[in-house]
Amino acid sequence: MKFTLSWLKEHLDTDASVEKIAETLTKIGLEVEEVINPFENMDGFVTAKVEDVENHPDSDHLHVLKVNDGKQILQVVCGAPNVKKGMIGILAHVGAYIPLFGEKIKVGKIRGVESCGMMCAEDEIGVGTDHQGIIELPQNAQIGLSLAEVYKADPVFDISITPNRAECLGVRGVARDLAAAGLGKLKPLNIVRPNSSFASPIKVTVEDSKACPVYTGRYIRGVNNKAETPKWMKDRLTAIGLRSISPLVDITNYINYDMARPLHVFDADKLKGNICVRMAKDGEEFVSLEEKKYILDNQSLGVCDDEGIQCLGGIMGGSSKGCSTDTVNVFLESALFNPVCIARTGRKFQIDSDSRYRYERWVDPNSNVLGSDYATSLILQICGGEASEIEIAGEENYKPVTTYIRPERLKTFIGIEVGAAKIVEILQRLGFETKEEGDKIWATAPTWRGDIEGEHDLIEEVVRMIGLDNIPAESMPKNYFPKQTLTAEQRRMVTVKHELASRGLLETVTWSFTDSKLAKDFRKGREPILLCNPITAEMDEMRPSVLINLLQGLKGNIARGYSNVCLFECGPEFWGRKPGEQRAVAAGIRSGYTGKKHWLKEERQFDVFDVKADAMAVIAAANGPFDSAKISTDAPEYYHPGRSGVLRLGANIIAYFGEIHPSILKKFGIKQKVCAFEVFLDNIPLPRNTQDKAKKKLELYSFQPVDKDMAFIVDKTIRADDVVAAAKNADRNYIASVRVFDVYEGENLPDDKKSLALTITFQPKEATFGEQDIENLMAKVEQALKAKCNAILRDA
Amino acid sequence: MENIEDLKTKTLEDIAKAADVKTLDDIKVAVLGKKGAITEQMKGLALLSVDEKKVVGQKLNLVKGEIEQALDNRKEELAKRELDEKLKKETIDVTLPIRDENLGRVHPVSKIYEEVVAIFGEMGFDVADGPDIEDQFHNFNALNTPANHPARQMQDTFYIPNPESDNFDDSYVVRTQTSAVQIRTMEKKQPPIRIIAPGRTYRSDYDATHTPMFHQVEGLVVDKVTTFANLKGCLYDFVKAFFELDELPVRYRPSYFPFTEPSAEMDIGCKKSKTELKIGAGNDWLEILGCGMVHPNVLKACGIDPNEYQGFAFGMGLDRLAMLKYGIPDLRTFFESDVRWLKHYGFMPLDESSMTGGLSNNGGLTR
Repeated sequence: MKFTLSWLKEHLDTDASVEKIAETLTKIGLEVEEVINPFENMDGFVTAKVEDVENHPDSDHLHVLKVNDGKQILQVVCGAPNVKKGMIGILAHVGAYIPLFGEKIKVGKIRGVESCGMMCAEDEIGVGTDHQGIIELPQNAQIGLSLAEVYKADPVFDISITPNRAECLGVRGVARDLAAAGLGKLKPLNIVRPNSSFASPIKVTVEDSKACPVYTGRYIRGVNNKAETPKWMKDRLTAIGLRSISPLVDITNYINYDMARPLHVFDADKLKGNICVRMAKDGEEFVSLEEKKYILDNQSLGVCDDEGIQCLGGIMGGSSKGCSTDTVNVFLESALFNPVCIARTGRKFQIDSDSRYRYERWVDPNSNVLGSDYATSLILQICGGEASEIEIAGEENYKPVTTYIRPERLKTFIGIEVGAAKIVEILQRLGFETKEEGDKIWATAPTWRGDIEGEHDLIEEVVRMIGLDNIPAESMPKNYFPKQTLTAEQRRMVTVKHELASRGLLETVTWSFTDSKLAKDFRKGREPILLCNPITAEMDEMRPSVLINLLQGLKGNIARGYSNVCLFECGPEFWGRKPGEQRAVAAGIRSGYTGKKHWLKEERQFDVFDVKADAMAVIAAANGPFDSAKISTDAPEYYHPGRSGVLRLGANIIAYFGEIHPSILKKFGIKQKVCAFEVFLDNIPLPRNTQDKAKKKLELYSFQPVDKDMAFIVDKTIRADDVVAAAKNADRNYIASVRVFDVYEGENLPDDKKSLALTITFQPKEATFGEQDIENLMAKVEQALKAKCNAILRDA
Repeated sequence: MENIEDLKTKTLEDIAKAADVKTLDDIKVAVLGKKGAITEQMKGLALLSVDEKKVVGQKLNLVKGEIEQALDNRKEELAKRELDEKLKKETIDVTLPIRDENLGRVHPVSKIYEEVVAIFGEMGFDVADGPDIEDQFHNFNALNTPANHPARQMQDTFYIPNPESDNFDDSYVVRTQTSAVQIRTMEKKQPPIRIIAPGRTYRSDYDATHTPMFHQVEGLVVDKVTTFANLKGCLYDFVKAFFELDELPVRYRPSYFPFTEPSAEMDIGCKKSKTELKIGAGNDWLEILGCGMVHPNVLKACGIDPNEYQGFAFGMGLDRLAMLKYGIPDLRTFFESDVRWLKHYGFMPLDESSMTGGLSNNGGLTR
């Protein structure tokens, strides 16, 4: 919402400075975005005297001037007809920006004569509209003055209005609020009922009084829309960014911003028959004044004549019945429309207008006649003509809300004591009628306030005027020992992030959205969850896997020249569209080399076992039983079928890991191997008894463990973890651990066989092992593996 | 018999000249071995008289001791020299680089989450979570924002169709504010309530200062006594702790949110120049959060009696807090997965935040 200082002063009697006004506006909740002084930023303009005028040697209308700006004499070529020796005008120096041209003044040669500046016309610098000649200031004007010193600028305030303060979408509302805050006195409104000599030939009826409680119309004949809009009105409209179009349009725009009162003017000669306000029929057409066609539904309100809908009520006028400069007879609409109806229609057909903006917030329901009188007076004054009596459908009798405020409640709610007298004073200044009764102050809201419902609203009005900065700040009462803030799930999410970062992965955060074209392969058979209104086609689906975005992140990094990338993200993936159909995932990718070339370390690429380690580390960090998870090889199809795995606890999948399928990488345009993992944190059981923090008893033996290496030949299809389990189970008492340290396939072995070398750690418990004890245990392992895995011990 | 003194002199000279352990061992055998010069002489003692035996024996023992000592000393000397030479040969250039260690980083948003949790945790708040996809009841209606409310236009909402209903009001939304978690919390729990709800939020807006996804933290307090003055105190304590400043000017401006009344926006002081923004006392204000007393309609929507209970709510952007505190210039870069950015603006894995241990390390070891 913009307005100028002079406009504000039309309603507010005040001596306050611009700074004070701006500060107060922000303090009372009308936040100042900007105060623009139109001349403040216009440098390079000075008053200057034309000392000499000569004819241009090569032109019959140009002159060559000697101009004195108080510091130097400059040569300027000028084509203005009114230039004369001795006149004082405005000189634009080289470098000065001319708003009208949108460029800066340069040194130039005009038909061979050098020109070092320009003598300005009014419109060129925005101080007026005259372009007939250059500005001529009074003879006693001082030379060398800046623009701001010559022209009294009318500063423009730009304030943001919250949706509850609709009345401040008019300058008068702003003025009233400032007056209530003690910054001057609100001037009385001076709108008189215009004389009327006849009844309107156009009658009005309203079919749906809920959608349109009041509709007024007035016929004005014999107007001249070719008349000039008065300068004061034009200046104000221009200052707030509205274009002056014709007096009739300018007047309705002006009142919209002056009083927050929307109006509409029809060319009465174009209307056929009477006005009827009714709901549109399904499929009925309406062409807006922007020449856009809409197919309406039966919840849209139309202002109609015999030929159909001529105005989408309260939102926008139609194209065929509007005013032009030739308009002679007009029909002026001033009406009240239902905010919900306006908002629905506006939203449905996506039409924004100043009128809709006001109606859907709140328009003073008792301002229809007043608005009509105001506009009619201005029309008669500017365009002449004769006004009819006002035609009214419905009744202008809105009864505002009466509610109460208790000073005691204000104290316990806000934490500050305000006396009843002060409360009454504030409310009355804001236009409330008040009555004290016991511990309550009853207040009836003014009709321009649509946001007042109950005590909380009155409390807000009082603290707004007292100033939030005058309320003390009191720290929250707190326990000496705070309890744990995070839940077990939240805490483990934090731990997992730190674990992965310490493992060398960079945490990233990517959109919850993803590209449905790429997501297709990641949905695991589920329906896509698509947005109705995605911001781009690349963000049209709620992601079914975090990996999609990580792969895109990888691609971006490769494109920037960084191909060794380890990224992880902890966040949601979505499996359904209902609230809660999502799960927390810790996902990561590793791609490229583990490090740059190094003198001590062989170069290697990240592989499946890096991401398997990541997945297991995440499970361990989340307190999951990572060593009892079962591994299977049925990972989703976006993984490499032979180089991927699934970790399960019981029936629950807790992680996938593996290489990404090459055909997926191809779709992403990634040309290097990528390994990835996804851990589903929600599927990891939380510690069962959170009360019992005691750890399992630590068993220590005083005898040294013994490591023995054994190699076995098995079928290639035999899984290493089955071999390890069989070996472990050979003797559950003395075998502490079994570890695969080598895998061999190839020469000296049949094609379908492989060799697995194990390090087996035996833990003596009662006494040191003798040779024979160890031999016996190793024999047990050999027998167990033969039985379970058909394994043959290789000779050492 | 050889003159013992001569033998001693000669042997000590030989020991001193010996260049390695082997020569020493040879000397030892030649002098002290089974057939060594001294051993032979010891054997010869038997032939001497008792008195002579005593004198010569003593002498021999003395010389033997001296030679043994000299051998040990020389041996140690040689061993040390040998080790020195060996170590010298083992010298490497320690200025060569270490093996790559690939230390990862924690994203600034995660870091700010932990800082915010640490501060509000100290004030007795719990952390609540809620779903990213919401129904319109939780995201709007229960927050006193019915359909067609102008405030809905203040937020550009992403919608997800509801296959079970043609009515647009039944479609799901991707939550525009973490305020939805307020409702879910109050539905589950009776007051007193003190929660913060950090999380992802979504609006259809994408330019220099807006991204379609960003992070908010919502706060909610409901009990019988909490006032607007507590709201001010709580948030003042928060911003001071968060920015780790002893003094920080703040101001409150009346504002409007459908779910609070009175509503306010809080600004913190700052110093702005063309190149820098410094939080603290200065010539300018910076908007940091929105807040207010919980609207009675919101309490009612959750089955809480507004005549008995009251409280406040607030919301602020986690990403924005990260930008302000750690001088990160562009919001969009938070979500680009650029490894250069993540390494630079990310935090060390062990740089954890607490009120007792401190919120931030200011950088830390860079690898």
